[in-house]
Amino acid sequence: MNYPDNLRYSKEHEWVRTEGDIGTVGITDHAQKELGDIVYVDLPKLGTKVEQGKSLGSVESVKAVSDIYSPVSGEIVEVNESLAQAPEKLNHEPHGAAWLVKVRMSAPDEVKQLLSAADYQTYVGAES
Amino acid sequence: MAPSVALKRTPLHAVHVSMGAKMVDFGGWDMPVQYSGLVDEHLTVRKAVGLFDVSHMGEIEVRGPEAVRLVDYVSTNAASRLHVGQAQYSGLLYEHGGFVDDILVHKVADDHFFLCVNAANQEKDFEHICAANQFDAKVEFASDRYAQIAIQGPLALRTLERLTSVHLASIAYYWFKDGTVSGVPARIARTGYTGEDGFELYVAPAEAPRIWNELLNAGRDFGIKPCGLGARNTLRLEAKMALYGHEIHASITPYEADLSWMVKLDKGEFIGRAVLARQKEQGVRRKLVGFEMRGRGIGRDGYEVRLDGVSAGWVTSGSPAPSLNKNIGLCYLPVSEVRPGRSIQVMVRNQAVEAETVHTPFYKRAKTA
Repeated sequence: MNYPDNLRYSKEHEWVRTEGDIGTVGITDHAQKELGDIVYVDLPKLGTKVEQGKSLGSVESVKAVSDIYSPVSGEIVEVNESLAQAPEKLNHEPHGAAWLVKVRMSAPDEVKQLLSAADYQTYVGAES
Repeated sequence: MAPSVALKRTPLHAVHVSMGAKMVDFGGWDMPVQYSGLVDEHLTVRKAVGLFDVSHMGEIEVRGPEAVRLVDYVSTNAASRLHVGQAQYSGLLYEHGGFVDDILVHKVADDHFFLCVNAANQEKDFEHICAANQFDAKVEFASDRYAQIAIQGPLALRTLERLTSVHLASIAYYWFKDGTVSGVPARIARTGYTGEDGFELYVAPAEAPRIWNELLNAGRDFGIKPCGLGARNTLRLEAKMALYGHEIHASITPYEADLSWMVKLDKGEFIGRAVLARQKEQGVRRKLVGFEMRGRGIGRDGYEVRLDGVSAGWVTSGSPAPSLNKNIGLCYLPVSEVRPGRSIQVMVRNQAVEAETVHTPFYKRAKTA
């Protein structure tokens, strides 16, 4: 799988793409493969405060339910509502159309603690 | 991450890895949980044919003039009523009536029974049976001599018949024949754990990779797919087949698990009989029942079940049902509440989600001629 260079990755298998102080958050291709057929996505309401490394919601596959850990801290300013009707999009476009939430980051420097595409690739390569 | 204890491998392990299966630790075994995807594999078994490696399952042979007396004494069903070539589902119980394991008993000859047991329980089962052996019977731990491949689905027979001269149509459900598959000895049993027609093949471990590949080739034009334990679990749940450690365990009796048909109290003495006889007379307090989620959510194994807001039981298995487009599950409830159409609440991550008890099995295959 190709992990885009313009994203930063967490060891919990989320990604973030930043534009100014807005971070768009999703789960990685590795995460969706581990989960398998995704049936539900639970996302926070607009205005919810999230913290880096803390749960911001959950994603559920036929097999199991997993927490989504926020890769950055801040406030939820947009939620990808299309996933409620079509959660399976997460299996097909995890790095694109199936983004989860947008966060107004309170500490944009946190992104520096995340992995580059190359480092994440190495990390999941070593893990499996 | 490196496991702290080396995982056990089946004779097909290298085949799974080379075919790109996703492998997981399943009770100490490194097993394929999925190949093409759980839902795809599940639907392939319902509509066509799927192939499963179940070589982690254990085998125990009981031989000798009093083999039948030993098997009858350690199990709930009546081995003494089996014909040669017939198999039955049965329970190994403790004296207190709880399950040691659930097993398949095959009668190979008047003095020879072949037991298929759960992977994680095989050593425990063997010790349990040996400890009860006050008869002229010989108990042998035979797991190392068998690989087991399950071929399941409406096209299983037509696939398998390309590799054997055994007349498969004449093997009735829960009967078996010893013959050859791909030219090597195989026990061919018309049994399974999916709710579909199909066969379970017991073969020598060294032959398993070749037979696996030949079955995949033989079923190619039927759309055969290798399947993992993930699909095996959703298939068995739709058919309401029990899974040890979930629906049944040491604190659950067959009557509680809605498995009264595997208990033959009139066959004579057996381990656990006294408790079961009392339960039959006085009734049980709790019982297994199926449910469908009505609200948004999936009741998973271990989740609390409430009745009118009061804690009343627990979920033993729960999942989306790929054939039914519903979220289904099994749970224990007080026996007075076990009737279809009862409104229940499943606690899904601290939220009460509405569900309703239903008739089971959730899925039943259409009978063909």
